[in-house]
Amino acid sequence: MRAWLPTILRGLLLLVLIAFLVTPGSFEPLLRPLVQPNAPAIYNQGSLLALTLLHLRTVFIATLVATVIAVLLAILVTRSFGAEFLQLSRSLVNIGQTFPPVAVLALAVPAVGFGEKPTLIALFLYGLLPIFENTLTGLTNLPRSVMEAARGAGMTDFQRLLQIELPLSLPVIVAGIRLSMVISLSTATIGSTVAAKTLGEVIIAGLQSNNLAFILQGGLIVGALAVLIYDGLSAAEAMLTRRAGST
Amino acid sequence: MIEIEAVTKLYDDVAVVDNVSMVIEPRTVTVVVGTSGSGKTTLLRMINRLVEPSSGAIRLDGEDNRSIPGHELRRRIGYAIQGHGLFPHRTVAENIATVPGLLGWEKSRIAAKVEELLTLFQLDPKMFGSRYPHELSGGQQQRVGVARALAAEPNVLLMDEPFGALDPIIRAKAQDDLLAIQKHFGTTIVLVTHDMDEAFYLADKIAVMDKGRVLQYGPPAELVRAPAAPFVETLIGDAERPFRLLSAAKIGAAVEPGEADGEPIGEDGTQQEALADLLWSGRKALPVVSASGAPMGRVTLDALLKCAARPQ
Ligand SMILES: Nc1ncnc2c1ncn2[C@@H]1O[C@H](COP(=O)(O)OP(=O)(O)O)[C@@H](O)[C@H]1O
Ligand SMILES: [Mg+2]
Repeated sequence: MRAWLPTILRGLLLLVLIAFLVTPGSFEPLLRPLVQPNAPAIYNQGSLLALTLLHLRTVFIATLVATVIAVLLAILVTRSFGAEFLQLSRSLVNIGQTFPPVAVLALAVPAVGFGEKPTLIALFLYGLLPIFENTLTGLTNLPRSVMEAARGAGMTDFQRLLQIELPLSLPVIVAGIRLSMVISLSTATIGSTVAAKTLGEVIIAGLQSNNLAFILQGGLIVGALAVLIYDGLSAAEAMLTRRAGST
Repeated sequence: MIEIEAVTKLYDDVAVVDNVSMVIEPRTVTVVVGTSGSGKTTLLRMINRLVEPSSGAIRLDGEDNRSIPGHELRRRIGYAIQGHGLFPHRTVAENIATVPGLLGWEKSRIAAKVEELLTLFQLDPKMFGSRYPHELSGGQQQRVGVARALAAEPNVLLMDEPFGALDPIIRAKAQDDLLAIQKHFGTTIVLVTHDMDEAFYLADKIAVMDKGRVLQYGPPAELVRAPAAPFVETLIGDAERPFRLLSAAKIGAAVEPGEADGEPIGEDGTQQEALADLLWSGRKALPVVSASGAPMGRVTLDALLKCAARPQ
């Protein structure tokens, strides 16, 4: 019974989230106490559902590109011919992480204009590190005897990468993607400062009109998305770990 | 036939394998023994070019092993290692199918081979084929590791301490299985171990390595009779000498005509087994039968004692 509780809670969270996005009006009584008598309690400057979908889209695109680049980079620097680039790419990726996303936005706008593009760039740079580091960890900590057997069986370097190294590293790589994605989900809100369509709009509108209900709505939707995606990817990771036979 | 000719491997100017030459006859079991760090693994891995020699040459059936790309060479040579190295994300059947898959065998042929090998290693194909390595016992994992090495029917099987992780009872069984399978396929086996009992039990010929050199290479009895270096003597052990001689020889070689009472013993067993049986049962002679059960004569305590004595 106990073990089911978290799953049930997550299911409930998902249902509440969907209900809120589809019919925000029905939640008005709950939020009404938070605002001035004649201020709106539900965000009214656009569709919450549409903003949520756009927010997710931005995060997905940024994470996808970050995953492709980070995994390719990690593969490259773990090959014998790429080993000399290991330190260099580590430094580059670390800079991407330490450089504040707001600063990236400020620098990117003059180059690519307002909207989704600077946000994508900021999220991409910010999301590289966890995926890169995790992929490195995965690819460099494979069981020696397994790698030895793969070589001894006559697999080429490429066959070993595809058939052994990547499948066995997959759980760790997915953990990196999960981390990167959750960070991106919250960071994406600041994209609204440069006119990207994200849930940040709701929060900013709340700040400007001193509307606590708006701020709360924006924050809670992002939070709920983060929890659900985190859990979903954790489950995927657990399944992959089991399949990779390490339990 | 494997011809190793003046092979040397240097790491940082140190000869880890030092000018080694030896010829390994086809369909025999050659065991390489020596202390840890003596270069056994390196020598073995130069045969399938997991390590490239610094100088010298290795020929397989007359063909230089550098005449084809390394990965193609390794598909032709079985390789089994300590800790089995099974792929944890692949089932037992998929693990065994590795090399045939790389060679592009047809599905039906691969399936038949997997089934044959599992049966040969006393693992029910229906029950074990779809299991994952972590669902097997240590002994079963080890058998699957050897089955995988044999899947593409290699002429040569290289084994690096394949039984090192097994407990004594399972290890003895694995050794017997290996000898049976070697007979069955006629495979040429080169096996590395630091266990002298294992070496004497399995080997047609033993190579003793020390500091990268092969000190002696010959049949087990010859190592006991005429050790080429003090190190070989130490490795064999003074107190073990008579028993090593007996364990390296078959009962068949000590059979004489005559009768004896009691349970017969097979001619295929080692003379050490016959001696143990005689001592334990307090008898002076045992009847000996052939593999098919036909009476062959007897083996006596006196004859065995002669076999165990220092050769003249
Ligand atoms: N890749 C390598 N680089 C440097 N030294 C090595 C390497 N492989 C093995 N050695 C050294 O070579 C020696 C022999 O190793 P090995 O062949 O594994 O011995 P054994 O199998 O007899 O224990 C050891 O001293 C070991 O440290
Ligand atoms: Mg070794």
